[in-house]
Amino acid sequence: MTATDQPLLRMSDVHVRLSGSHILQGVDLTVRRGGVTALLGRNGAGKTTTVKAVLGLVPSTGVVELTGADGRTHRLSGRRTHEVVRHGIGYAPEDREVFGGLTVAENLTLAERRDSAHHHDRVYELFPELKQRSRQLAGTLSGGQQQMVAIARLLLNDNQLLLIDEPTKGLAPLLVAEVAEVLARAAEEVTILLVEQNLTVVRRMAQDAAVVDQGRVAWTGSAQDLLDDADRTRELLGVATSGGHA
Amino acid sequence: MDTVVLLTVTGLGLAALYFLVASGLSLIFGLMGVLNFAHGAFLTIGAYGTWWASDNLPGAGSTGWGFVLAVAFGVAVGTAVAALVELALIRPLYERHIEQVLVTMGLALALVALVRAIWGADPHPFPRPEWAQRTTSVLGASVPNDRFLLIGSALVVLVAVLAFLRFTRVGLIIRAGVENRSMVTALGIDVRKAFTLVFAVGGAFAALAGALGGIYLGSISPGQGTSLLIFAFIVVVIGGMSSITGTAVAAVLVGLVQQFANYYAASGVGDLSVVLLLAAVLLTRPSGLTARLA
Repeated sequence: MTATDQPLLRMSDVHVRLSGSHILQGVDLTVRRGGVTALLGRNGAGKTTTVKAVLGLVPSTGVVELTGADGRTHRLSGRRTHEVVRHGIGYAPEDREVFGGLTVAENLTLAERRDSAHHHDRVYELFPELKQRSRQLAGTLSGGQQQMVAIARLLLNDNQLLLIDEPTKGLAPLLVAEVAEVLARAAEEVTILLVEQNLTVVRRMAQDAAVVDQGRVAWTGSAQDLLDDADRTRELLGVATSGGHA
Repeated sequence: MDTVVLLTVTGLGLAALYFLVASGLSLIFGLMGVLNFAHGAFLTIGAYGTWWASDNLPGAGSTGWGFVLAVAFGVAVGTAVAALVELALIRPLYERHIEQVLVTMGLALALVALVRAIWGADPHPFPRPEWAQRTTSVLGASVPNDRFLLIGSALVVLVAVLAFLRFTRVGLIIRAGVENRSMVTALGIDVRKAFTLVFAVGGAFAALAGALGGIYLGSISPGQGTSLLIFAFIVVVIGGMSSITGTAVAAVLVGLVQQFANYYAASGVGDLSVVLLLAAVLLTRPSGLTARLA
């Protein structure tokens, strides 16, 4: 098996317990190299916690492994978050979490990783508005502009995997389309694990899908197959696919 | 007029002392969420380190460059102890705030007891350079020179800290870490290094305050750090818990209020006035004068 045949990310029997609650109850998930894998599920199913478990942002048990392009497999579980990220993993959290007291330029400077080239030109080409607002405090930006900063932080470095949690949440329809366009372009170069409630965005971007239900991966397969199967979508996500939001 | 000038400069000198202690506390709390009750012990260590070095360290003394060397030694010892405390005691207890409070309180008691066991409980006269013992006439008031030394040192520290936070990558990490530590780590940054640095720098400022406090008060005693720490905590709360400029403004307020109240009301009323000032600020601005780091 060559490196490109191996899954990029593998999670095996991952459990997370927080404040006495058993949030993840044995997640098994593989993300293949290239393209977009959508992580779907009802509210509270454990999607965000799954992403956080990859990064080591929540205490977990089980195995999380990343196989690099060179074929070497790195165990991420048990590592500190900054060590996990240095394997080439970018993260955009659900609520953007840009640093409101720093300027846009400072947010990007902070995101520069020592182990990577820094693609400021690419970022400013994708988001010219950020260049105009580089001296503005990120806390004074609109939600859409803050999302641009969050995504720009991801695209600044060379990454193997991007973990993106609900990038279109709370955005106006025009901005949703813009964000989806940027992420689709990014997906041509890097693998994305995308948590997303907007099924229109999922249909446009994702090749693979995994559905999390009650702390476990309940279904995996082609995103297209899932979204084309109205009964299964209703059963797994509790929505009709024509609506757009899970 | 000359009384007002003298009280003002003396109040600013006291404010400088409070600022040096409180700035470290503020940085440590802002970035790490640690209420460091051992911070006063770093002050005591700096004071005793300077006092010991002025008599025993080759090249050091109580005047001129010899005294500068003695102060540098005291600050170095305070810095080293603070860094060791962070690595050995605080780091294993990240996010366990109750345990951190207990450990730093215990450490404060233990370090003061250690100093008392080695050098006794009685105050020791502190070496004061000849220049610091003279006075300078300002608008008719004879102001002791040590006030200017304290104010100048605090201003240098304030400008240096603000420049460090504004213009260096580590400063950027600290400012971001104060806002959202976990997101800083999610950008691939080992925030623990910044924790150790901030703790060590806070220890250095406290140790410097110990040495300068020795000059200001004329003597040192094991409990000096603890009594100054109480006012430093008040300054930090008034200033906004994690704001350096807020801490500086609050230190000036507290220093001046204390001096003027002690003189125009009665000795001891100054301390009460500071507590009333704290209450007034908390009632009108519960998050302090400012909530931003720089």
